[in-house]
Amino acid sequence: MSNIKDIFVTPLGLNNPVAAQVLGICSALAVTAKLGPAIIMGLSVTAILALANVVISLMKNTIPSRIRIVVQLVVVAALVTIVSLILKAFVYDVSVQLSVYIGLIITNCILMGRLEAFAMQNNALDSFWDGLGNGLGYAIILVIVAFIRELLGSGSLFDWHIPEFAYENGYLNNGLMLLAPMALIILGCVIWFLRSKKPELQEKN
Amino acid sequence: MEHFFSLLIRSIFVDNMIFAFFLGMCSYLAVSKNVKTAMGLGVAVIFVLVVTLPINYLLYTKVLGPDCLVDGVDLSFLSLILFIAVIAGIVQLVEMVVEKFSPSLYASLGIFLPLIAVNCAIMGGSLFMQQRINMNPESTQYIGGVADCIAYALGSGIGWLLAIVSLAAIREKLSYNDAPAALKGLGLTFITVGLMAMAFMCFSGLKI
Repeated sequence: MSNIKDIFVTPLGLNNPVAAQVLGICSALAVTAKLGPAIIMGLSVTAILALANVVISLMKNTIPSRIRIVVQLVVVAALVTIVSLILKAFVYDVSVQLSVYIGLIITNCILMGRLEAFAMQNNALDSFWDGLGNGLGYAIILVIVAFIRELLGSGSLFDWHIPEFAYENGYLNNGLMLLAPMALIILGCVIWFLRSKKPELQEKN
Repeated sequence: MEHFFSLLIRSIFVDNMIFAFFLGMCSYLAVSKNVKTAMGLGVAVIFVLVVTLPINYLLYTKVLGPDCLVDGVDLSFLSLILFIAVIAGIVQLVEMVVEKFSPSLYASLGIFLPLIAVNCAIMGGSLFMQQRINMNPESTQYIGGVADCIAYALGSGIGWLLAIVSLAAIREKLSYNDAPAALKGLGLTFITVGLMAMAFMCFSGLKI
């Protein structure tokens, strides 16, 4: 039982797929201007990763190793198509905002990384927890970055807005937060913070 | 012809894959430690983009679109699976052809070619192309034919090459700096890319 707990918990903090392993950065940056889409994106990746991990781990003995990458890609692509159709049907606005980034989950390195490194060697149950943990670790980073960007950039969180009197006394929204460069800089600072808390992650060079 | 150059220039500077859309970030950060390998990966990306984008364009408009194969059947929901299959297949093919005809090029690109199949910039190129087909033909971003596709692919590839080579050059110098231990490596790279992206934003007012 403690084994499953280990598999599930380490990717959330110490071995976070985004901050420690540098995987899946592309979408982690692009969808974080608002909190809502970031959460939907995080949950989609979690669901796809957990399911893909289970499917690949069940198939691992039947896949010839020469074509395993293609098989993995097709499994992931099928799951992503399902998720993108579900999002279009139930939360159309969000799926328009996420635009191509839902399709790009296929090439998200977290998926290929976990499928290759974990699901090919482990049983279905462990793979499921590993997928869930890594997906949520990814979602946490997304939520942190989106929280900062939306609060400082558009002065709102979901439906809550910064009260009027703050603006009357000279407070201004920082429009730069909504643009691409700040996503990178905030993520850089998140990594800085994480690594100063956990010195074993620091790079020697 | 005018539209061709406009697409080319805009996709290099304004709609830069890295600085505007964060595509291909994983290999961008992993392979930008020195200029030479960065150059190799950049060239490989340009090549694969230019080959796969027109194929995916034809596939999407001639086979998958509404009423193409059978009247009243719209297969566009298959586009994700087919795009990735085309990209993975082409990468495999390119790898074999290059290995056969130019072993020296293969030796310098060899490691990067398989990596490219899962590079988001390639898949992103195809998905943006799919989005742009449905745009207003008057728009500067509209893609309406194979020539436009090639212009877009070439521009995006060159933009990516430019971004990775300049980051690699900066990182070569940065590695001698005395940064705080926790910021060293990845953290510093992110902040550098952020500042570069800010510089690139001055192109966004470009009217061509």
